[in-house]
Amino acid sequence: MFSASDLRKGLKIETEGAPYVITDFQFTKPGKGQALYTCKLKNLLNGSTMTRTYRSNDKVGKPALSQKTLVYSYVDGDQYVFMDENYEQVLVSADVLGDDRYFLEEDLEVEILYYNAMPVEVTLPNFVEKIITKTEPGARGNTATNVLKPATVEGGYEVQVPIFVNEGDLIKIDTRTGKYSDRVSKK
Amino acid sequence: MAQASTAVPSRAGILGARCQVLSAVRSFFLTNGFVEVETPVRIKCPALELNIDAEPSGSMYLRTSPELALKRVLAEGIDRVFELGPCFRKGERGAKHNPEYTMLEWYRRDADYLDILDDMRRLLPFVFEEVTGTTRFIYAGRERDVTGTWPVVSVRDAFREHAGWDPFVSFDADRFDLDLVDKVEPHLDCTTPVIMKDYPVALAALARRRPGDPDVAERWELYIAGMELANAFSELTNPAEQRERFETCAARRKAMGKEVYPIDEAFLRDLDGLPPSGGVALGIDRLVMLITGAESIDQVRTFV
Repeated sequence: MFSASDLRKGLKIETEGAPYVITDFQFTKPGKGQALYTCKLKNLLNGSTMTRTYRSNDKVGKPALSQKTLVYSYVDGDQYVFMDENYEQVLVSADVLGDDRYFLEEDLEVEILYYNAMPVEVTLPNFVEKIITKTEPGARGNTATNVLKPATVEGGYEVQVPIFVNEGDLIKIDTRTGKYSDRVSKK
Repeated sequence: MAQASTAVPSRAGILGARCQVLSAVRSFFLTNGFVEVETPVRIKCPALELNIDAEPSGSMYLRTSPELALKRVLAEGIDRVFELGPCFRKGERGAKHNPEYTMLEWYRRDADYLDILDDMRRLLPFVFEEVTGTTRFIYAGRERDVTGTWPVVSVRDAFREHAGWDPFVSFDADRFDLDLVDKVEPHLDCTTPVIMKDYPVALAALARRRPGDPDVAERWELYIAGMELANAFSELTNPAEQRERFETCAARRKAMGKEVYPIDEAFLRDLDGLPPSGGVALGIDRLVMLITGAESIDQVRTFV
């Protein structure tokens, strides 16, 4: 069990029979009242959200989560297929992956989080490298990093990049934010 | 008509507004015959309250409020007194809480909580005008005004309407706190300030019972934009009843495994000579948040 003082943004808890991640956390203390912890919760199985308030002496359930390293293999419809070290296949649906599905490439190592036997979260390496397949050319000699333009990378993901980045360039994307990080090499 | 003030986003703007708030507050009280005092920040006997924990400082404590000291000043015969200064509460940290914060408190002899409410109704428009040139402001995306009629709702009516129970029929402190935050406070976010008043006695350790209605403590809370800004009492001036409440609170704190502070005997002695009095505590940081549009207390303090 967690105690209320363990609660923080990002913590995974179990309540009312389901696993949740805390997406927002607020300390509140009504005048003369006790300390309260108001949490916005997202269900790890179906994405639904709710708000729950805990008192400082409340206990909060710890979900039975396990984590495993797997390797991405291929996509089959809206199921993404990963392999474990024994070449057992694990299927993860597109809605669990969200935008991360654009960053997958064959043999990419990921961490998969299971609740009971069900994959509920996939964590990619912090950075992936992708080639720009489409973007408008920027003005020659413009090295400004604070002016952005849209670009599409291999796999179809759209990202804002600095003006100086061109088609064919290899860029680094931060998978935690989905944003451009830097340019690895020019075409 | 002047435009509603909009958020001042820059750090210089916020610190400048903060300094003007302090100056306007002082000017208001000085022109209304109040005496500004500085009472000790390190004290031996923090007020015994169930849910307020003091930070130790050597063999003493940092004050959680100047309340007891200011009532002693009134007891000396000074009619109107105020203090602006730091207070400390252990473990309170959030978007609207910092363990060290700045409190404004004022107290008046021969007054009750409604007289203090009249002071508040004059103070806030004055401070907003002085700092921003208008009483209108935008907070959390909504235009608001500190003038006009402030709705007053009783705790009993607010809980009956929004939480579906009457805390005066069977009081449950846990349920009260949870329902206050989840069900009642969201309805106190209006375009004007809102007053919630008349609390169960268990929730007002230092407030007087209403004459003829002993279950009700004469306490109000001021909410602006749903944020609790100030807490006022008709002060409890009966030393025997005050001692009994401190002792009950001490026993409950002990049972909860919390530190128990010594009873402030000098305060109880002085309380004997105090006429009916009223007083209030207002969080200066939160007032600066409202005036500048800041979302977090961290933005309005010089450093945290």
